[in-house]
Amino acid sequence: MSNAYEMVIGVEVHIELSTKTKIFCSCATTFGAKPNTQVCPVCMALPGSLPVLNKKVLEYATAVGIATNCDISSTCRFDRKNYFYPDNPQNYQISQLYVPLCKNGFIDIDTKDGAKAIRIHEIHMEEDAGKLIHEENGKCSVVDFNRAGVPLIEVVSKPDMSNADEVIAFVESLRLIAQYLEVSDCKLQEGSMRVDVNLSVRKKGEEAMGTRTEMKNLNSFRAIKRAIEHESKRQIELLESGKNVLQETRRWDDNVGNSFSMRSKEEAKDYRYFPEPDLPKVCVSKELIMSIKAVQPEFAFTKAKRYKDEYGFSEEDIAIITSTKQMAHFFESTVALSNKPREVANWIIGEMMRNLKDNSMEIEEIKLKPKQLAMLIELIEERKINRGIAKEVFEKAFVEEIDLENYIKSNNMLLVCDEEMLIKVIKEVIKNNPQSVEDYRAGKLKAKGYIVGQTMRMMKGTADPEIVNNKVEELLAAP
Amino acid sequence: MDIEKNILAYLENIKKSNINAFISCDEDYVMAQVSAVKKGIEEKRFTSKIVGMPIAIKDNICTKGLKTTCASKMLKDYVPSYSATVIERLIKAGAIIIGKTNMDEFAMGSTTENSIFGATKNPHNNEYVSGGSSGGSCAAVAANLAVAALGSDTGGSIRQPAGYCGVVGIKPTYGTVSRYGLIAYASSLEQVGPIATNVTDCVNVLEVISGRDKKDSTTVNRSNLAFSKALTLGIKGFKIGVPRQYIEDADEEVKNAILETAKNFEKLGAVVEYFDLHATDYAVAAYYIIACAEASSNLSRFDGVRYGYRTDKYDSLDEMYKKTRSEGFLDETKRRILLGTFVLSEGYYDAYYMKAMKAKAVIKEEFDRVFKQYDLILAPTSPIKASKIGELIKDSVKMYLSDVCTVATNLAGLPAIAMPCAKDSNNVPIGMQLIADRFNEHKMIQAAYTFEKERAIYE
Repeated sequence: MSNAYEMVIGVEVHIELSTKTKIFCSCATTFGAKPNTQVCPVCMALPGSLPVLNKKVLEYATAVGIATNCDISSTCRFDRKNYFYPDNPQNYQISQLYVPLCKNGFIDIDTKDGAKAIRIHEIHMEEDAGKLIHEENGKCSVVDFNRAGVPLIEVVSKPDMSNADEVIAFVESLRLIAQYLEVSDCKLQEGSMRVDVNLSVRKKGEEAMGTRTEMKNLNSFRAIKRAIEHESKRQIELLESGKNVLQETRRWDDNVGNSFSMRSKEEAKDYRYFPEPDLPKVCVSKELIMSIKAVQPEFAFTKAKRYKDEYGFSEEDIAIITSTKQMAHFFESTVALSNKPREVANWIIGEMMRNLKDNSMEIEEIKLKPKQLAMLIELIEERKINRGIAKEVFEKAFVEEIDLENYIKSNNMLLVCDEEMLIKVIKEVIKNNPQSVEDYRAGKLKAKGYIVGQTMRMMKGTADPEIVNNKVEELLAAP
Repeated sequence: MDIEKNILAYLENIKKSNINAFISCDEDYVMAQVSAVKKGIEEKRFTSKIVGMPIAIKDNICTKGLKTTCASKMLKDYVPSYSATVIERLIKAGAIIIGKTNMDEFAMGSTTENSIFGATKNPHNNEYVSGGSSGGSCAAVAANLAVAALGSDTGGSIRQPAGYCGVVGIKPTYGTVSRYGLIAYASSLEQVGPIATNVTDCVNVLEVISGRDKKDSTTVNRSNLAFSKALTLGIKGFKIGVPRQYIEDADEEVKNAILETAKNFEKLGAVVEYFDLHATDYAVAAYYIIACAEASSNLSRFDGVRYGYRTDKYDSLDEMYKKTRSEGFLDETKRRILLGTFVLSEGYYDAYYMKAMKAKAVIKEEFDRVFKQYDLILAPTSPIKASKIGELIKDSVKMYLSDVCTVATNLAGLPAIAMPCAKDSNNVPIGMQLIADRFNEHKMIQAAYTFEKERAIYE
């Protein structure tokens, strides 16, 4: 990016709320059900049906508003956004335009220049549309209305961000807040979190905003970063060659690394918003706000600060441990049992992450309990089990419910400290590896490692390494 | 009373009738209900006053398994998969749904001529309209094809045809009767209401269908739903106001009928006064802006995608939408969709829709003041006599303006009861209405009941 320019970026983030039922009817919201099995007269927009607000949606949205420092409207209202599209059964979307639920909030993010508050213009509630599926022959499209009426909140930021890193930090903070509140799983890839980026550029020092574009279809943090870099470059090149930036909506294609115009301002739809007459005003009582406030969890950013102050962890480590509420909870529960934060953190950053990845699992799905990890750590500490064996046990306990103690015992995994027995094994190894012994005595001290390794192997990893080390040295030295 | 014999007689009446009040009447469906009701009586399941009562239903109220067409090509063969709350309540109370009645398409019209099934004739003089849009329901009751009926009143659609057909119709306070299953025209204005030949039957049906419904968030929790308690005689001390604007420009015969009615109320012990109702100046304009705005959105679901009519040939999605909606709706409906789309458009929203909403608020305030002065308002159901079939439908604006006496009630969410008070020179009834303050149905019911009992209407 040319140094003469700076970016002005705002985002609109749609978050799918994880309520059990839809926003205006009692149909289930389960992901991946057979097409059109989670529908009713309301979400299919059959003639005569009427919406009824799911109170949980209001509670979830309010919780996000409180966590992002918003003013919560004491009364808010729904409006209809009118447009024709087959995935939209009513041909209008029930949303909030004139009096949204939350206004004037902010989220603090870390930037390379320190903390920065990104302001939130508003958060409103609305319904999702169904899914259009185009048949392969290209002649016909079908609609699945299971997603129609799934609750969404839209978080609209102010144009307070000036590069891709800040946007990612903002979106990540928002994701963590929603995730810690357990109001959404916030998965960009699955579409339960959707980010649209509004971007313009201007010469540094200029007050006036440039013409902005809106970028859609950003399905990963990588796509967000690439799209921002690409779009700012495109706009600067236009301006530098004496052309204008068109106000338009563009669609990012991450496969080709380019964006394409969807519609210009002139083609922009007139949504003819007006107050939804089928729903009365929504009153948000002080009591409701207080009760939601009372149960807000400790958020990732608070935990991060605490881990840094109390344990002195690095930012990278903290980011991993606080990446989900469940992960942080696992960490804290284990620490509470073992009182060894650094050791627990190492296990989480190393083995936990590796096993999650290898098994393609989410932390909610693992069988391992904090109690078990704490026990493993204790066993290592007490020199009752080797680290390598502990990792094996960890792997097993990760995917299977096991009685840890029984498992270790019945598989003979406890540390062997019986010197006589170990000496016997070492002697056997020395006998079988005359070349290594010769090498060692000829001054190649490395050969000792081989003998130690072979001994450990014979013992299936259960030998006390300290004893083995000492005894190997003794036995090799003594001819 | 033998319910089966009685219902068979009504079915016979319907078959013989030539006024085109019904769109459909499924005899098998009716007889199945008769058996169910008989069984219910044996099991002593019913407590209502309408057990076995044959009730006709306006064809914009969803009946599970029975075609519900809105008198439109768009829904000509549409069979709902669920019943409206009012239908469920009627069936639970032991009533018999005898058939579905004609109406103006999607309840848009004042004559019941704007129907793909043709006009409903006035039972008192077949050359004249029955009024609308609940013309089929009112004509069915007047012609003894049903004991009672349900209609819907968005801007007078129960009261005006009740007046022309010489029957009693009630438009309840907004939020009293569930709209779940009523195919929406203008959500913020309309209510389902009962129609019958007399106040008592009408009130008995109202009692059954009223009350909070979890499926309709705009229904309210009311404590005073025992409307039949108001079926008592005597209106001594009632203060009744008559808006000058409603009679000054009315047809001479209508004007005289209302003046005569006012005198009769005085004779019955009420105090009658004439007053200025300024709401009249902008009520029709505000009504048509708000109603059409909501209609343009409410009717957008009729797109040919999921149900109802879809055009035969199209090459693109846009063409499918355009042709389906051009072919599926009648002109009056299209006119209102266009008008509503326009008033909500960017740049016009403030000038039309917002202004209309402000007018609505002002009208509400004015009525609040009026009801501090009066218990009831007496007014004609229409400033004009019933028109000849084919006459008024040619002039939309004239038709819109003829709603002047009824629309303000809907804008303010007020209840009103309509009933005949005279007959015009064509032997077609002239209607009057008593309008009460919100949640004060009992006052208008008591006055209407007294008026009905104490005075032989057509000497």
